[in-house]
Amino acid sequence: MELLLPGFGLFFWTLIALLFVIFLLKKFAWKPILEALNEREKGIADSISAAERIKAEMANMKSEHDVLLNQAREERTQLLKEAKETKDKIVNEAKEQAKEEANKIMMEARQQIEFQKNAAIIDVKNQIGSLVIEVSEKVLRKELSNKAEQNQYINTLANEIKLN
Amino acid sequence: MTCVLTALFAKILLSIFFLREIHITFAPELSKGMRVSHKTSMKSIVLATLLVLFGMNSSFAQEHGTASEPAIEHHEEEKLDIKGEIFGHISDSYDWHFFSFGQGHDANHISLPLPVILFNTTHSKLDVFLSSAFHHGHEPHAGYELYVENGKQKLKTQDGSSFLDVSITKNVLCLFLSIGILWFLMTGIAKKYKVNGAHKAPTGIQNAIEPIIGFIQDNVAKPNLGTKYMKYMPLLLTLFFFIWINNLLGLLPFGFNLTGNIAVTLALALIFFVVMLANSNKNFWGHIFNPPGVPLGIKFILVPIEILSNLLIKPVALAIRLFANIFAGHTIILSIILLIFIFASLSKVAGVAFVPVSVGFSIFMFFLELLVAAIQAFIFTNLTAVFIGQAIEEHHHDADGHDHH
Repeated sequence: MELLLPGFGLFFWTLIALLFVIFLLKKFAWKPILEALNEREKGIADSISAAERIKAEMANMKSEHDVLLNQAREERTQLLKEAKETKDKIVNEAKEQAKEEANKIMMEARQQIEFQKNAAIIDVKNQIGSLVIEVSEKVLRKELSNKAEQNQYINTLANEIKLN
Repeated sequence: MTCVLTALFAKILLSIFFLREIHITFAPELSKGMRVSHKTSMKSIVLATLLVLFGMNSSFAQEHGTASEPAIEHHEEEKLDIKGEIFGHISDSYDWHFFSFGQGHDANHISLPLPVILFNTTHSKLDVFLSSAFHHGHEPHAGYELYVENGKQKLKTQDGSSFLDVSITKNVLCLFLSIGILWFLMTGIAKKYKVNGAHKAPTGIQNAIEPIIGFIQDNVAKPNLGTKYMKYMPLLLTLFFFIWINNLLGLLPFGFNLTGNIAVTLALALIFFVVMLANSNKNFWGHIFNPPGVPLGIKFILVPIEILSNLLIKPVALAIRLFANIFAGHTIILSIILLIFIFASLSKVAGVAFVPVSVGFSIFMFFLELLVAAIQAFIFTNLTAVFIGQAIEEHHHDADGHDHH
């Protein structure tokens, strides 16, 4: 039973020592330790959330990147398509133009030919006329004696030419 | 764990040294033809070895050499005072006794005298002197006498006047030592945090203490105390580490027995009790004096029970639980070791034969006590948190439900 009776001296010293140690340790040990631990805990939580955020951002960026890539791809196909169209158009236009040009040239050539032909015909007619005149002169020189007849013949000839 | 093993190893070395020492001491005495039987010296050697090995002071009751006893005990050297032996080891004393050798009046005590501080309330006189002034109970000093009862040192005044004893006894010195250990351990760790900052990995002892602090914060304080847990963390941490360190020191061979002393555990419980009362709220007192949702007739029975359980049983149970656990552990280990001498008093062969059994059992008990040391520290801290939590708890839904019935 004596065991259960607390000794006053030890009780007294324990109480004093414990009160001191609680207050001193609170100030010099527990406070810095707990602050550091909580700071670290907060730091870790922050780091994790930062990592999550960065991960999300990365995912975001990746999708953006994908969108951009797809866009670029589409643009490229578009560009290629347009280029092809343009090429076709240009080629067609060139063909068209060439055709037109050719036609024009042909026409001109034809006109030229026509013109030349006409000129040639006129020339031939003139030459024939002068030949006729020369021949007629020769003939006429021979038959100049008969004046009346000559005039009549000239008229006849002249009429014939006109009719021609 | 390692600490205890290292201490045991050191003690084995020491015990080898002591064996030689005792041989040297006893040899001339034997040759002088003194009344020291061979049996007794053998017993002393075995006892010294075992007690040194297994962590108790090697002061053997028969060898205390107090003024009145030696002559009688010398004749009855076969008879063991088991009760005195056990209580002698776990009780407080006015000097720190390490070991003795020699017999009776020739006994040499190796002990550290401690200051005795006495306040005589009858004469209003303060006496401060070293316990060596008593010469191990051989002489009275300043009107006080030292005597031994059931292996426990006690003081009495010669004229019968009453006095207050606030001596720095062995336990008080142990208290200061353990608090010194606690102080240097924790401020050392705090310094590491200050120097290294919060974001550097812990090193050394910091590594061992940090998870414990985290455990108390997350598993003891937060679930029981809610949002205001931070206010009670210093108390809980100090209680836990104080109890744990003292439980472990109690296993060491230097005679620490603080948490196995009711005065210490009562002081611990008193601190908890004051903190609980100082922080208790209206809700807590309301539940004691006017339990909600209880018919008037029942209240007459319930209120005294509530008062008893909250204001008496909680702190006293805390104090007694810790004291009884640690005290019991020490008593069992001592008893197991003393079994050797009980058997030896029957027959020498039986005593020697029982040595391995006893050593095996005490090793087992030491491992158990290592576990108990941590568990009891945790239980005390956890219950402190639970009880404070109950005292600061706000009006909860359960009580609301009762009110509306």
